[in-house]
Amino acid sequence: MTLLARRSLLAAAAAAPALLRLEEALAQGIAPRRGGTLQTMLTPEPPVLVLGVNNQGPTLIAASKIYQGLLKFSPTLEPLPELAKSWALSDDKRTYTFRLQENVTWHDGKPFTAEDVIFSVMKFHMELAPRARGIFSRIREAVAEDAHTVRFTLEKPFEPFLLMFDVTTVAIVPKHVYDGTDYRTNPANARPIGTGPFRFGEWQRGNFIRLERYEGYWKPGQPYLDAIIYRIVPDSQSRALALQTGQAILSQANDIEPFDVPRFRAQPNLEVQTKGWEYFSPLSWIETNHRVAPLGDVRVRQAIAHAINRDFIAQRLWFGVGKPATGPVASTTRFFDATAQMPKYDVRAATQLLDAAGLKPGAGGVRATIRHLVLPYGEVWSRLSEYLKQSLRQVGIDLVLESTDAGSWARRIAGWEYETSINFVYQYGDPSLGVERTYVSSNIQKVTFTNTGGYSNPRVDALFAEAREAADPADRQKAFSAVQKLLVEEVPQIWLMEMAFPTIHERKLHNVIQLGTGVHACFDDVFLAA
Amino acid sequence: MSAFLRRFARNRGAVVGAVLLVLVIGMALFAPLLFPGSPWDMAGAPFQPPGEDGMLLGTDSLGRDVAAGIAYGAQVSLIVGAVSTAVALLIGVALGAVAGYLGGWADDAIMRFTEFFQTIPSFVLAILLVAIFTPSIASIIVAIAVVSWPPVTRVVRAEFLSLRNREFVQAAEVLGKRPLAIVLTDILPNALSPIIVLASLMTATAILLESSLSFLGLGDPNMMSWGFLIGSGRSVIRLAWWMSVFPGLAIFLTVLALNLVGEGLSDALNPRLRKRGAAH
Repeated sequence: MTLLARRSLLAAAAAAPALLRLEEALAQGIAPRRGGTLQTMLTPEPPVLVLGVNNQGPTLIAASKIYQGLLKFSPTLEPLPELAKSWALSDDKRTYTFRLQENVTWHDGKPFTAEDVIFSVMKFHMELAPRARGIFSRIREAVAEDAHTVRFTLEKPFEPFLLMFDVTTVAIVPKHVYDGTDYRTNPANARPIGTGPFRFGEWQRGNFIRLERYEGYWKPGQPYLDAIIYRIVPDSQSRALALQTGQAILSQANDIEPFDVPRFRAQPNLEVQTKGWEYFSPLSWIETNHRVAPLGDVRVRQAIAHAINRDFIAQRLWFGVGKPATGPVASTTRFFDATAQMPKYDVRAATQLLDAAGLKPGAGGVRATIRHLVLPYGEVWSRLSEYLKQSLRQVGIDLVLESTDAGSWARRIAGWEYETSINFVYQYGDPSLGVERTYVSSNIQKVTFTNTGGYSNPRVDALFAEAREAADPADRQKAFSAVQKLLVEEVPQIWLMEMAFPTIHERKLHNVIQLGTGVHACFDDVFLAA
Repeated sequence: MSAFLRRFARNRGAVVGAVLLVLVIGMALFAPLLFPGSPWDMAGAPFQPPGEDGMLLGTDSLGRDVAAGIAYGAQVSLIVGAVSTAVALLIGVALGAVAGYLGGWADDAIMRFTEFFQTIPSFVLAILLVAIFTPSIASIIVAIAVVSWPPVTRVVRAEFLSLRNREFVQAAEVLGKRPLAIVLTDILPNALSPIIVLASLMTATAILLESSLSFLGLGDPNMMSWGFLIGSGRSVIRLAWWMSVFPGLAIFLTVLALNLVGEGLSDALNPRLRKRGAAH
């Protein structure tokens, strides 16, 4: 107990925003109403609804209503209580102690305890998720102090540790169902069992997934909704129509194409939000292979960065859904430094840099020819590549576009068989979790979403290592600011846009986007006004 | 020649087709003069309706001039149509001529080979070939040629079979003319009319095939073609109808023109109609 007393208890402060929201709702005269079914959509259909077994976008959206994490995160990435009602960090910054909610039951009626948490972290996700394995292998000891207290002791301090406990990264799964089985083939995967406000109801493949209110949910009186129905609608125009006619009252992620967004913004009964992706903060960039001349030359990369109008991309291609990137760290990610700015749109500066790099205009004004693998993720990405081709043509770089399919794209990026392409990567709230991997030389691997470009700079390696190992956020900020300033000079990848996805819902649906994970919240406080 | 033109002109549809075709070819040839710069240039604000901002047919989602796209698209469509037809004719006429002239086992072998290609749905085969060889203008031309030659082979073989035993051919053989010379100078010129008619129709089919491939995203990503224009405009059709309607009209009119011209050629080259024409 003395140890506990010495720890700074953060939970009370963290709980405040949740209370505020309820007050706000009451102040507006909208008391939560019980009842009603939320009709929404899911694109594409997930293969399974067990987090960890599958962590793709659609799975995360639907399964985050069934499962919960220890914590959830505000739009500014402050941790908020979920299955953990409070938590504390020891003075040596190595021991995290979580106090768990006590009256939580699994959907099969069994009680939720500290053992479930230890099993989920140390066994389930450790085996299934490579990203979790990289972080959790730093845990020296995981102990259940009692049925509702868990203690993790790390080898070394790791400041972003708490960010790992969102449901989208580490969902807590029932030990009594999974321990000692093959997690991937466990028959219970067909009817997932979690602690969340909604339990699995019915899944007609290719048609819909129905989640129903779990009556034994640990927050009294919640959830407010009777059920959530996720309809599988493969065609984007049909989805837009469903939203327009009110057959669906919520769309999320990739459901609605950017070019349809202005139309829905004008529809008075709908609200369009682009918030709720701060935890993921996907950043898109021109993936450049440094092994290919002239892309290894920093002046050429700077010139390309100068030649591209990122405002045009955000406004004209994505219709204002997302905003222009300023550097390697998204502005919504922790330790973002606004003073580190990548080269601005300036065609004259671009041509001067190319002259300096010795790339003189040849026949037809062409200075260099670079091949470009178009990202095969749909139309807007093809348009983006066409825009880049045209922008670079203005400074004398001939971008030759190559089409491919999704499988070949991943294989060629992983195999370093490309000159340029487009890529976008989740940042998971902290540069050590989601940014470092693209730039450090120790992560030059033949695997997608590693440092496939082959950028190598000992200073950058050292600064990322320093920021990763420092226990004090102020020290981390110093190292991250330094590395951001260095990277915007070197532009190892040419950043384009901080991406967001539109969440569109009827105004009578309340409390949809409150967290930095947006529609990945458990929806226990979402309600339909009369 | 003037008699041929007179017979051709008697088919009024054919004249309309020929005029349209000349216009399309003119548009393709003069595209760089009509629209200096590249069709990929962002010339104005995105999604401008026709007539506004000095854009005759409006702009697309990147502010590119749709009219410029159609003019340069005519180049791609006509090149693909002409070259792939030429390649298909080369393969088809060569195989058909050998099969029809030699007969016997060579005929059997070539015809079974041809039937093998005819059993595969041509569009599916074209998609497959383009996907395997990665989309580019060369792979598209090759794919279209590969799926279009079998009908040529069959037509040429049939013509050769009937001409093979005519007296003038036998005479040439008796005179000791070499087989290749007989095929090229005696039989082929007499089999030319159905081939010419077929070629005009094949060009139309090739343009449609290229447009379909581009529509599905299997076009050359560096070439602005009509199919690409429709494909990229399809999803925003509620926002900007002009992006898909005008290129669609261009394809429709060009294919119609080629079909009308083909019909006119067929009439003009048909010996029976020729006699009827003479009697008038």
